[in-house]
Amino acid sequence: MPLRLEARPEPSRAMLWLSPVLAAVLAAAGGGLVFAALGYDPLLALRTLFIDPLATLDGLTELGLKATPLLLCAIGIAIAVQAGLWNIGAEGQLTMGAIAGGGIALAFGGGGHWWILPATLLAGAAGGAAWAAIPALLKTRFHAHEILTTLMLSYVAVQILGWLVHGPWIDPEGFNFPQSRMFEPDALLPVLVEGSRLHAGALLALLAVPLAWLLLARTAAGFRLRTIGLAPRAARYAGFPERGSVWFALCLSGALAGLAGVGEAAGPVGQLQPVMSPGYGFAGIIVAFLGRLQPFGILAAALLMALIYLGGEQLQVSMQLPLAATGTIQGMLLFFLLASDVFIDHRLVWMARRHA
Amino acid sequence: MSLHRRPLLALPALLGAAALRPARAADPFRVGFVYVSPIGDAGWTFQHELGRRAVEAALGPAVKTAYVENVPEGADAERVIRRLAQDGNQMVFATSFGYMNPVEKVARAFPKAKFEHATGYKRAANLATYSGRYYEPRYLTGIIAGRLSKSGTIGYVAAFPIPEVIQGINAMLLGARSVNPKAVIKVVFTSSWFDPGKERAAADTLVAQGADYLTQHTDSTAVVQAAEEKGVWCSGYDSDMLKYAPKTHTTAVEMHWDDYYIDRVRKAIDGGWTSGDVWGGLASGMVKLSRFNPALPAPLLAEVAAQTEAIKSGRLVVFSGPLRDQSGAVKLPEGKALTDPEILSMNWFLEGVQGKL
Repeated sequence: MPLRLEARPEPSRAMLWLSPVLAAVLAAAGGGLVFAALGYDPLLALRTLFIDPLATLDGLTELGLKATPLLLCAIGIAIAVQAGLWNIGAEGQLTMGAIAGGGIALAFGGGGHWWILPATLLAGAAGGAAWAAIPALLKTRFHAHEILTTLMLSYVAVQILGWLVHGPWIDPEGFNFPQSRMFEPDALLPVLVEGSRLHAGALLALLAVPLAWLLLARTAAGFRLRTIGLAPRAARYAGFPERGSVWFALCLSGALAGLAGVGEAAGPVGQLQPVMSPGYGFAGIIVAFLGRLQPFGILAAALLMALIYLGGEQLQVSMQLPLAATGTIQGMLLFFLLASDVFIDHRLVWMARRHA
Repeated sequence: MSLHRRPLLALPALLGAAALRPARAADPFRVGFVYVSPIGDAGWTFQHELGRRAVEAALGPAVKTAYVENVPEGADAERVIRRLAQDGNQMVFATSFGYMNPVEKVARAFPKAKFEHATGYKRAANLATYSGRYYEPRYLTGIIAGRLSKSGTIGYVAAFPIPEVIQGINAMLLGARSVNPKAVIKVVFTSSWFDPGKERAAADTLVAQGADYLTQHTDSTAVVQAAEEKGVWCSGYDSDMLKYAPKTHTTAVEMHWDDYYIDRVRKAIDGGWTSGDVWGGLASGMVKLSRFNPALPAPLLAEVAAQTEAIKSGRLVVFSGPLRDQSGAVKLPEGKALTDPEILSMNWFLEGVQGKL
């Protein structure tokens, strides 16, 4: 082999930022090949995938709408990972947030009080936090690993939601279909752009970005959190409260996912259904790592991920590409993004050909 | 809207041809379809896809269809339906119950486009609903099960306890009891429309509990495959599943949207389309039994054929009294029949159904 991968003495700062660009170029090239092989115009398909969803105001608002729950879940996940905790149950915390917020909305909505929407949102965040507090308790008391407990509790949360919308919270006028009543207008998040579905929850998600950055990069609490995550022994030696950080990181993580859940329920969906999320909590894990666990990187990653979803739909709608083809492109982009990361810590070197 | 035509317009020859023919008359009527799962080769979405293909085949160049598959019921559905309308589709078929509120919102935003929603109950001037009386062919499979089952126990793997599912279970019991008054149905819910692993486990459990006839109200073929392996009779749902269980698959409750879709699209083109609700039974052809297993005895086939005609002609009404619920209480006295609203919101099991709602 004339090419060899060599470890860099230290991570390349240039590649840190160039790697996503490289990945995008490779994915576009790979995607173009797939489109061409299937008999579609590759340039038109790439345009439909990446440009068309951004070409109209309506498309931009939909992008923001789709990115909102991804962003909230991913920031929460990143905070937990920074503290050395694998919260892979954001899906369950999201669902619990939708349940808790939805409960308030169903109970008090329509009363016309100013506090209904704030209470709905707070309940959503609290519901998510409470659901993440269970793994925190199990970890600090019984050393149960949070990977298992958070994931398992996701399934429990979805079952609880299913029970509620099949049973006590079922819409009495809904022909026994499993769904709650529609929320009253005073429990719904206000829309930001007239005629669109982009709601105020997107602002909360945007606000979470600098706040999470401040917390992690500029506060003593954030420093302790990261130290515990990176070097638990050093943190213990320094006397940082390890248990406290488990509680803090998991609950905050859960609260953000819960906010994502109540944002869907009181936003575009407007009611409780058996399934509130097409997997935002799990996609959020990809987004968190794509964004390199940094809040501003996650913002970019969430927007990219949302764009991939929207572009995939657009390809089906206007070019009649099969679902599997759009899925291939989405997978390829993520694969190249992660693969390009190799070049942050490694570099390619040409080997001089040896003559025997 | 003109996006997908751009590469064509780049070709001068075609551009010239387009200029020659009368532009308006040549523009095809555009119809979009939204599917809740991947199309696959059997199941709920597959039957709708057959309907779409039938529309293309029947109306040829007069229509151009588009579809989006695997659209989750939730916040995404509204965007997909709106995209289809924005993209120039003059008619959209939304083929799953969970699209109800999204399609209602989009219909309001696109008053000139026509929308059709399967299995829902919200309608508007440009939003019609349609569904099939799946319980009618279910009753017929009940007759088959009642005749073929030796233990008299029918195993039923069901997704969710919603009215549509409950109707099917109750109707099958009525069919089975019409030939074997001691027949019972054991029900296992999987809480998922598509989960082959869970469906398989449920089927195995039911056979272990003595069921020797299996059926399902889910979207996979796992249950009929389990029946084939265990050597017990079964009937499929949505699509003909004979090829997955060639020895034991008696027949399937099959949905046919072809005629309805062709008729509705044709009316939309001619200007004769109006909103409304269609709930088609055996007589409409929207639901029927698929081809029978060649091993079924001739007298049974004759019996099923006779009862099919009886239902079609209205002589046999599936949900007619006396009906008792699981507690033994009379839900419907003799001589009466359940009304459509009562059937549509059915949330109770008949006496003889073993399972909890």
